[in-house]
Amino acid sequence: MAWPNPSQYLGKPATRLDGAAKVTGAAKYSYDVQPDGWLYGMILRSKLPAAKVTKIDLTKAQAMPGVKAVILAEGEQRTVRYYGQELAAVAATTKQQCLDALRAIEVTAEPLPFVVKEDDAMQPDAPSAVGGPPEPVPPAAPGTSPPSAPPEPESPNISKANVKGAAQADVDAAMASAAVVCEAELRTPVQLHHPLETHGSTVSVSGGQVTAWASTQGIFSVRDGLAGSLGVPQSNVRVICDYMGGGFGAKFGPGVHGGLAAKLSQAAGAPVKVMLTRFDQGLAVGNRPSSIQKIKFAAGADGKLIAADVENHGSPGISGGGKSAGGGGGATINTPYPIYKFPIFCAKQYGVVMNTGPSSAFRAPGHPPASYGTESMIDELAVKLGMDPLEFRLLNDTDPIRQREYAAGREKFGWNAKYKKPGTSPGPVKTGIGCAGATWGGGGRGTQAEAQINPDGTVEVRCGTQDLGTGSRTVVAIVAGEAFGIEPHQITVRIGDTNLPYSGGSGGSSTSASVSPAVWDACQKALAQLQLQSGVADARGANWSGACQKLGTTPLSAHGEWQEGYSSGGAGGVNFAEVEVDTETGYVRVKKIVSANDCGLIVNPLTTTSQINGGILCGMGYALYEERIMDRHTGMLLNTSFDSYKITGMSDCPEIEVILIDMPERGVIGIGEPAVIPSAGAIANAVANAIGVRVHNLPITPAKVLAALGKVPNMPNV
Amino acid sequence: MNSKPSPNATAVDRRTFLKGLGTSAVVVASAQAKAAADEIDKAAGPGPQGPGAVPVTLTINGEKKDFSLEPRVTLLDALRNYGPLTGTKEVCDRATCGACSVLVDGKLIYSCTKLAIDAQGHEITTIEGLAKDGKLTPVQEAFIECDALMCGFCTPGFVLATTALLAENPKPSEEQVRHACSGNICRCGTYPHILKAALKASGQAVTETTTVMTYGVA
Repeated sequence: MAWPNPSQYLGKPATRLDGAAKVTGAAKYSYDVQPDGWLYGMILRSKLPAAKVTKIDLTKAQAMPGVKAVILAEGEQRTVRYYGQELAAVAATTKQQCLDALRAIEVTAEPLPFVVKEDDAMQPDAPSAVGGPPEPVPPAAPGTSPPSAPPEPESPNISKANVKGAAQADVDAAMASAAVVCEAELRTPVQLHHPLETHGSTVSVSGGQVTAWASTQGIFSVRDGLAGSLGVPQSNVRVICDYMGGGFGAKFGPGVHGGLAAKLSQAAGAPVKVMLTRFDQGLAVGNRPSSIQKIKFAAGADGKLIAADVENHGSPGISGGGKSAGGGGGATINTPYPIYKFPIFCAKQYGVVMNTGPSSAFRAPGHPPASYGTESMIDELAVKLGMDPLEFRLLNDTDPIRQREYAAGREKFGWNAKYKKPGTSPGPVKTGIGCAGATWGGGGRGTQAEAQINPDGTVEVRCGTQDLGTGSRTVVAIVAGEAFGIEPHQITVRIGDTNLPYSGGSGGSSTSASVSPAVWDACQKALAQLQLQSGVADARGANWSGACQKLGTTPLSAHGEWQEGYSSGGAGGVNFAEVEVDTETGYVRVKKIVSANDCGLIVNPLTTTSQINGGILCGMGYALYEERIMDRHTGMLLNTSFDSYKITGMSDCPEIEVILIDMPERGVIGIGEPAVIPSAGAIANAVANAIGVRVHNLPITPAKVLAALGKVPNMPNV
Repeated sequence: MNSKPSPNATAVDRRTFLKGLGTSAVVVASAQAKAAADEIDKAAGPGPQGPGAVPVTLTINGEKKDFSLEPRVTLLDALRNYGPLTGTKEVCDRATCGACSVLVDGKLIYSCTKLAIDAQGHEITTIEGLAKDGKLTPVQEAFIECDALMCGFCTPGFVLATTALLAENPKPSEEQVRHACSGNICRCGTYPHILKAALKASGQAVTETTTVMTYGVA
């Protein structure tokens, strides 16, 4: 079983099926849905980062004009553990009435000790973020502890270590024999997802039937979550996501806000829309955990890697679990980054719990921070050995596909002509280059689809997937068009509805690899049936209309399922970055990025390129601009909107060249995640190459660049 | 309504104040005060309104539409929730992202920071008003052809920003496009393709930056 080769539509650039709907404002997102009688819903959140709530008085709010329902998020007397945790929710006819009602809810609460900074949380005398006195460290029985067991964490907020690799003593011994050793502490911030459409949904609960229009990456996970929380059969819940305004890993399940929308709808007897405000978006619906990576790498004089010793403390916020939880929690990263094969390594990881919103998956979870840390130290080793960092990579990352990608990117980027020793660029504005590699699993899984052929030759393909903006809707049309030999834009694609055949959540770069084989299977079965019924041996292309007419008055439809052999995982990519650093202002400008990625069979090169651009620019934000800042004194989020939480903008956007390594024999592979991974590492390496010193802490802001150059003092950790 | 002050309880508006000034001052000053009060009337409209709903008439995409809105309702809110024209997107609601951009008398503004009552008497063009009789504008066409959109939530704002730029400057340079679109943000990362689309819509050459390299069976 294989995809057709040569192909007619697969692999050819195709504009989006929904392009016109999106450029005219006709596309209805979950935010835009307005069922008859809909109400506005809003959530009251805790203004204290930790507190014992004793009273939540809703009576005044309930009496306000336009207010149709006011409910508690949980019980009245409870403990809250982070700023922004949900306390109550209101539904009213207008947004303004909702805002007035929120202000009228009276909360009585007693503040509790809290901690919102990693460095504070890791202190031995830190208050426990999850409450209660610090757990005593049990004394180890003499002689029972293996020599490599890491010491028990001293703070109540640090989990037990998750240890991978060899015994510490053996790693230390290997280090001692190495020609060069590099050691540093590198840090990455908490990154916020900030999809432009906030999390949320419009939910209608009526007579035991539930309809939810959700901005989600998984309509079926929203359905199952709502059915569970409302105690209704899954078949009574319908979830629709026709268009959604971006999802980067945190939009699975109904969320607390979805559950509250459903309960408000029950209480008010009308559909209720709860879409989070931008302020709320940064508080409670997920983020990429931070990392504090102590890295020690060793290599021989021949440039071959010898050993790695890595210790990571990362905070997934309140979801870290604290000391009693083992295993690093959600903050575990893929370190040392697995594209490099160290003969011996040891990695110890700890989760740090804090009074901040819980983390969640974020575009390539665990990879960008690990890639940044590892790739930074790989460059340091190369510099110490006097080697070109690209040559050093080619020597140590032997994956044949990345070797190809480095070769192709090197030429396109002009690496050989551009490479200079670190800090040797003349003048106050220094240029530098860097590169980094990535690996990602991906792969497809169980998806079902249905193809219906009508007597007039029109085709409808149905699949319960969702399009996050990646172009899934168009992928369905291209695959069906290929099967039937008709132009993809002639295919009607129905997605984003749990009444359609099942498909899983859109995460892990799995959507194209899951959906394409199922659609192909359904279309092949429908085509076989059409050929049988019409007697036309090959009904495709020019014969299509004639064959369809022979169906008379009855359309035919066929069901398909995901099949082995049409998709695979294991994608990788490499990025090259060229930057300019103004050593007088510390300002970093990314001039050029070249990104080479393997995508297996490329279904649509146009939208694939868009995905890769997006990964590069999201990673660039992580490298240079993005950082959630919590206030140590109040426990509040300080940068609540795009004026203070900066993401890459149009003027920052560098020249980007994308190389797609087409390997149709591998089947369809997702590309959403691989491209984000090496972006920060490549940019950080380019900055270090430009100025001759390294900023060990993302984002690489002008202040940090100037501090690294010794022109201003290091910023205090405020 | 219980906690809100009555609109007329302490209402000494600027006109009343200036008129009072006129009667108790010399005649010459009175004439000046009256002229000043008339000027303010012209600029400020009918004086204090609200806090309850008031009649508001907006001209949206060439059509006059009557609303009943509290004066604190923004143009964004009015368009989306009373219009209902949901092509204009709410993303930050505090003038940091450009997703709510509309044209007011041809000028690009953020509708989240303009009150609906202040938009009266002006021509408001939303994303829904660009295509005439189903025919897309060159900017819209170019956005589709260059794949200058992914999730599409920022797209109406970028299409309008580009439209406003080309109306002023039919052949912008790359730098001018970047500058004109700097008031808008996109989280999916469509900027390189928006840049292409803007140049293409203005009839300028666009360089292909994607290379597809096919290797034989590995």
